[in-house]
Amino acid sequence: MTALVIRGGQLIDPAAGVDGLKDILLKDGRVAEIAAPGKLKQANGAEVLDATGLTVAPGLIDIHVHLREPGQGYKETIASGTAAAAAGGFTAVAAMPNTVPVNDSPEITRWMLAPERGAAIRVFPIAAATRGSKGDTINDYAALKSAGAVAVTDDGHPILKDNIMRETLAAAARVGLSVIQHAEDTRLTQGASMNLGPMSFKLGLRGMPTEAESGMVERDIRLVTELRDARVHLHVAHTSTAAALAAVRQARRNGLRVTCEVAPHHFLLTEEHVGFYNTHCKMNPPLRSAADRDAMIEAILDGVVDAIATDHAPHAVHEKEVEFENAPNGITGLETALGLSLRWLHKEWKMPLGRVLSLLSAQPAALLNLKGRGTLTVGSFGDVVVFDPKAEWIYRARETKSRSRNTPFDGWTMQGKVRWTISEGRVAYNGKVS
Amino acid sequence: MEGVSHLLVRATALENQDPLIRDRILAKRRVALLFYESSTRTRTSFELAAKGLGADTTLVSSLSSSIEKGESLKDTGLTLRALGAEAIILRHNSSGAPWLLEAETRLPVLNAGDGMHEHPTQALLDLRTILAHLRPGVEIVNAETLAGVTVTIVGDILHSRVARSNMLLLPRLGAHVLLCGPKELLPELAAKAGPGIAIERDFDAALRQSQAVMMLRIQAERLSGLQLDLEQYKAAFQLSGPRLAAQAPTALVLHPGPIIRGLEITAGVADGPQSAILEQVKNGVAIRMAVVERALTANGTGGRA
Repeated sequence: MTALVIRGGQLIDPAAGVDGLKDILLKDGRVAEIAAPGKLKQANGAEVLDATGLTVAPGLIDIHVHLREPGQGYKETIASGTAAAAAGGFTAVAAMPNTVPVNDSPEITRWMLAPERGAAIRVFPIAAATRGSKGDTINDYAALKSAGAVAVTDDGHPILKDNIMRETLAAAARVGLSVIQHAEDTRLTQGASMNLGPMSFKLGLRGMPTEAESGMVERDIRLVTELRDARVHLHVAHTSTAAALAAVRQARRNGLRVTCEVAPHHFLLTEEHVGFYNTHCKMNPPLRSAADRDAMIEAILDGVVDAIATDHAPHAVHEKEVEFENAPNGITGLETALGLSLRWLHKEWKMPLGRVLSLLSAQPAALLNLKGRGTLTVGSFGDVVVFDPKAEWIYRARETKSRSRNTPFDGWTMQGKVRWTISEGRVAYNGKVS
Repeated sequence: MEGVSHLLVRATALENQDPLIRDRILAKRRVALLFYESSTRTRTSFELAAKGLGADTTLVSSLSSSIEKGESLKDTGLTLRALGAEAIILRHNSSGAPWLLEAETRLPVLNAGDGMHEHPTQALLDLRTILAHLRPGVEIVNAETLAGVTVTIVGDILHSRVARSNMLLLPRLGAHVLLCGPKELLPELAAKAGPGIAIERDFDAALRQSQAVMMLRIQAERLSGLQLDLEQYKAAFQLSGPRLAAQAPTALVLHPGPIIRGLEITAGVADGPQSAILEQVKNGVAIRMAVVERALTANGTGGRA
């Protein structure tokens, strides 16, 4: 394998407490050496990337994406989804199991990981918690883990039955896997397509009450409490309500291992963005009230939120060009997460750059126990993003590497342009300005 | 308000015009009626309105068309446009469908009722009916035209597009709108839909304040599993002869139809002297003539009224 030197950039590695001008040598897929500019000792013959004026950071990690394979290649493939991820600065993504068929077996997990899928960056499958994600029969977590699964979830089909969820938490803990819950009491959201509130009433759409989310989070936390097992890890996916965050905050105070993620659309948009039935603002959980949105920002700034995750959910154009109620949930997000986070969290709300990057790399790596990722210490994987932190640019959905372009952020101003994304020592994306 | 006044003025003018002259306004223009839900009043009056202006109309309904075979709204709209339709009158069971159809076809789309969202021409014909009784002769309206008037809307507010359109329109003319119904059919947040709207769950108290009362049908097709005790409902919210005589002996009684006699309204009240139900139907044709005319003779003013 060839060696690669990233020269002259500002290395920000929050997990290692590094923020300074450094040269980095990547060799055999790993970080081989880090030194002051010009001081690398083993760099002879290596290819050189000039990162002068750029920021060099651990490759971003998105623990919540839908790559649609197997089964729905017209929306996305593992190849196209990871290409979009690489363009967005990501070097690892965790893929949700709501594929067709559902990823509830070691065979499908291994199929997703096969080289034939053509992944541009590292994919970590998340397996279904129950058979077919039907919420009845627990899968064999040990087998799934040895096939490569990093967590279990039934994602869009949250586990409603207390006994099944309790068993899931306990069984996953025994093999060292996290349980991710899409917190939604679906008994309260039948036929609903946006947040319940004055806006849903006005638009004549059935609404999802915030209690459908917070009630499920509270139930799950109660189950974690009752289990009294320090190995249990509950991760709340795409938190969207102030009440759910409050429950997570309290659980943490009580010493429980309960973590949460927030998606960029939930800290940037509100139900008002649905406007005249814009299906690119339809997702689940839905865009909420301004008060909930503000609670997301506050919780990100004060550290309750453990990760920014996109819930990248590609859908074909024709699937979104339908009546709002009939449109599928979800938006793409891999190419806009960094640009939006830097533009808003960092520039607008003054979150230090290192903390923003940590939410997008070090912390998600820790959440799913992705060893050797989310940091750039010697010996770590050579997963790197190199970007111009000052560059402002306009996101154009039509230029996406994804197979879909269902995003509400088309035409939005982004900050921070990815120059190179390097996956295990190999350039996975080259954002050269032509 | 200017738009509303214009439609009211045109409705009267068109209604009074010689049919043989009126016939030339949209002579041989093509208007498609696209109906995804059954309808008697709205469909017929839109059709008569368009024909009254000389337009050719064609009806496509979800049964007996390719919609049954799974054709999307977009493709149905594009097909109608390719067939020469210059405007589409849409009744759809999904809220917001007119926006989608207009965006995809770039034709004027007239909203003949979309899901639980709005039914704008119904609100306009209700307004015309209310004005005829409470402000006779008035067609140029402003923010004070209905000052001092309270209109109570009763029943299944949650699922009613008629209620939404009326509660948004009437306060713009200065009217006060009272919403009345049980919690399951009238959530508290309805009062936040716009200015001039309040909730009064005591039907008798609401009636005592009202110059007009608009009764709504229980929409079994939209209840989605909600169980209602109809006897209880009738006791609290049925408009009966004795209740009307005791609480609002001069109030105007409105109902968008279809009425279910003996449920939300008794036969005696529906047929009684205070009822303007059939007048509403009649006003529908005049209002819809004005709306269809505007959609096809003024570029880009749009059809959603």
